[in-house]
Amino acid sequence: MAVVADKSKRYDRGIRVWGAHGQEALEAARVCLLNAGPTGTETLKNLVLGGIHSFTVVDGAKVTPADLGNNFLLTADGLAASRAQVATECLKELNESVAGSYVEESPRSLMNSNPDFFRHFTLVIATQLSEAGAVTIDKICRQHGVRLLLLRSYGLLGYVRPSVPEQRIVESKPDSKVDDLRLSNPWPELEAYAASIDLAGAEDVLHSHIPYAVLLIKAAQQWRQEHDGQLPGSCAERTAFKDLLKSWQRHIDGIPLEEENFTEAVANAHKVWAPPTVSSELRAILEDSCAAHITQQSPSFWVLVAALKRFIEQEGQGQLPLEGSIPDMHASTQQYLELQRIYRAKADADAAAVEAHARNILEAAGRDPASLPTSEVKHFCKHARYLRLVRCRSLAEETEPASCRADSLRAALSSEETAANAALYVLLRAADRFHATYQRYPGSFDSEVEEDAALLKSQANALLAECGISGAGGSAAGGVSDDLVGEVCRCAAGELHVVAAVVGAIAAQEAIKLLTGQFVPVGGALVYNAMACTTSVFAF
Amino acid sequence: MGLEGRWRDIDYLLTRQGNVVGPGFEPGPEIREFLQNDCRVLVVGAGGLGCELLKDLALSGFGNIDVIDMDTIDVSNLNRQFLFRMHDVGRSKAEIAAQRIMQRIPGVSVTAHHCMIQDKPLDFYQQFHVIVLGLDSLEARRYMNSVACSFLEYDEDGQPDLSTIKPMVDGGTEGFKGHARVLIPGVTPCFECTLWLFPPQTKFPLCTLAETPRSPAHCIEYAKIILWPKERSDDSFDADCEEHMKWVYEKALARAAEFGIQGMTYQLTQGVVKNIIPAIASTNAIVAAQCTLEALKMVTMCSTGLNNYMMYVGTDGVYTLTTPYERDEKCPICSAGVSYEVSPSTTLQQLIDGLVADPDLGKHLSAPSVSYGSTNLYMRGALEGQTRHNLEKPISELVDGEGSVIHVNDRKLVSAMKVRLKFNGTNGHMET
Ligand SMILES: [Zn+2]
Repeated sequence: MAVVADKSKRYDRGIRVWGAHGQEALEAARVCLLNAGPTGTETLKNLVLGGIHSFTVVDGAKVTPADLGNNFLLTADGLAASRAQVATECLKELNESVAGSYVEESPRSLMNSNPDFFRHFTLVIATQLSEAGAVTIDKICRQHGVRLLLLRSYGLLGYVRPSVPEQRIVESKPDSKVDDLRLSNPWPELEAYAASIDLAGAEDVLHSHIPYAVLLIKAAQQWRQEHDGQLPGSCAERTAFKDLLKSWQRHIDGIPLEEENFTEAVANAHKVWAPPTVSSELRAILEDSCAAHITQQSPSFWVLVAALKRFIEQEGQGQLPLEGSIPDMHASTQQYLELQRIYRAKADADAAAVEAHARNILEAAGRDPASLPTSEVKHFCKHARYLRLVRCRSLAEETEPASCRADSLRAALSSEETAANAALYVLLRAADRFHATYQRYPGSFDSEVEEDAALLKSQANALLAECGISGAGGSAAGGVSDDLVGEVCRCAAGELHVVAAVVGAIAAQEAIKLLTGQFVPVGGALVYNAMACTTSVFAF
Repeated sequence: MGLEGRWRDIDYLLTRQGNVVGPGFEPGPEIREFLQNDCRVLVVGAGGLGCELLKDLALSGFGNIDVIDMDTIDVSNLNRQFLFRMHDVGRSKAEIAAQRIMQRIPGVSVTAHHCMIQDKPLDFYQQFHVIVLGLDSLEARRYMNSVACSFLEYDEDGQPDLSTIKPMVDGGTEGFKGHARVLIPGVTPCFECTLWLFPPQTKFPLCTLAETPRSPAHCIEYAKIILWPKERSDDSFDADCEEHMKWVYEKALARAAEFGIQGMTYQLTQGVVKNIIPAIASTNAIVAAQCTLEALKMVTMCSTGLNNYMMYVGTDGVYTLTTPYERDEKCPICSAGVSYEVSPSTTLQQLIDGLVADPDLGKHLSAPSVSYGSTNLYMRGALEGQTRHNLEKPISELVDGEGSVIHVNDRKLVSAMKVRLKFNGTNGHMET
């Protein structure tokens, strides 16, 4: 018991963001880190603090003085010792409930000798791998169904690339939500409740405590009766609608009484004509072929999407299941709670209808209809409007000339907003080609920085030409600017601590999204530009 | 064992010329020597951002760091404040953080100040080249803002005197979102220029709490605001005391049950009572690293600086936005002097009343004192008796005329608000 209490205190701030169920998912996560440079150790640091189950560090290097200048999770005492071992010890100190282990071997050699090693992990975080290494680990992870994050810190440039074939998100937790109140199309119980409240006959105290939702339902109904069933559309009509609401206010000697519920009704009148909509993302999910063909293997997400579709077509009459919660409204306790009960009851009824569809679908697919808990269906329905799906292309698809999205790359290079960051993306890949050719990164030696810049630029141009993108050479038509080529050479693949800290922290956020299934992960390559303090996400 | 080559990666940046650098950047080994030996940086706050800032600064070459924080370590800090361990609970954040940084990074000196920011004299803040804020309250930010702006002087042309600028970098986070901003008094907006960036706190009307509670939060506020003073008037409420928090929770739970309100939890009670803003390690780390990078750029010019606000939103993919906010030319804290129109015959008393009632200026004032150059026009406290007679005098007799700048002091302000008097024409004409 004491351990549980301590944990809930220790992780309290995180639990307020991702809930107890999110924390459980984190506490089950087994994470593998490739390379214990600062990019890697900073990522793990943030995850160990959050309370993952365990981690394993894979690194074949020894601690050097340069490591001590950019990595907080190594010690001066550990100089010349195994970097994997020293980092593991420092990371374990951060949280005694997280288990840590290490393998003293280079990631490249482990990937080649024992690809099965990676199948035991929930998430692999691969840092500072060249493009070739990244393609290899991506293939291994996809084969074993292990989620992957690819990270680079390269001078003043950062790179975060999640690689998951499909992330299905029920709790996307959007920043702004529109209340689902059904004011212009109440279901029979809600309509009856609104009708049962007699506005004219109510005594003053009651009159000023009728929840605004009820006032708006009544007003919408009256408006429709007087306007051929239409809702207020034009600006003038909307003003007239608000005037209608105001005309219901009580007066004393011609002066309106202060009735806060009416003030709220006027302020929330737009909820009558602007109810929440079905987003293009949700539409695409509903039309996805995964929902059309439910098989033995279909994840419950797709079973529920298929059920949701049937609900919308049948019981919902084009509407999603009701979300069920209502915002606070100026009202008496009793009236508010009654309204709350009516909304909840409808949400429960809708969820039950979705559940019935889901069971039929499961049965039809030869699966146990009881395998889907009611709580999961309710949870799904509550969040149905904000479902999201992220599919990352494989790294091979992204990088091979035959399959890369050259048009997107060309567009990103020529758009003012993304040109610099798209150029950095190209330069990072060009630097790997440079390394493959010359066995060193551009700018490694003070005396050769300028020559290397010219060589790096030709590597970048070659890469663009392979993708069918000409007009390189720093022209306005796209390509990479000499300024940025120079900056990439200047930093000579250095792993600056602050850049590693930013990359490691963005990566930790992405890892939390992938592990908890909450929020929406990045769907492509994120480039962080520390010179301009900007980021761009490219799905090439 | 030697640490030769330890700063290799940061040296690439500091010793090589670049194409995308700040004005006047001259690469060379002197820059790192300056960072390590002479540059002084202050970190305000040793919490979630503070711990990260100290690490980031130390590993970016800063050799002399001070840190100030009055707080002690709590269990709920350990999910992100990585310099602290379970056995540190109850000890000074500033002191433990300083120790841990010095233990890990040889050669770095971190000086801890376990006290309130208000306890330090202005001279203390004057000694730093740059001040980095890792704070979670608007009040503390406003205080530090008035400190930094108090050093600022303007020349006759109304241009800021560069040698008096005390730059600050500020960061803040909430959940998956955060911001980093650069404050260069007199050049970029100060906190007071852009107060609207901070959302107001929601407060429930008392009658809702007392008569028509509808949510668990209403019941919690009722227990804390109304029941506590009534039933425990002898104890002052302490949100960090578990017994107090449990009492509020029990009372709120009973009230919720009485009204049939569902969803009351202890966790929610703590959240409402302490106004907890959820904080996680990763977001703090993003913001602190960005702030450190900006501090490094500001001091060395090794790359282009942020102009002047960066927002980070990690909830739906990753979205960032940098915005060049603009100064409020009428800001009473960082401008050369706010224009204020009066009739020359206005008495000093009327002027003071007018300032307090002014919608823009009045929010910084409660009981102001006024001086003009080295002359005290009206002082509160010990000098009140000596200066009281001025209250009845017309302002035109007390200053040199149109355009005179008076200094208005108040206990709400760290430094004087500069008010440039503009005599309004009609009355002025009648006087002559
Ligand atoms: Zn200002």
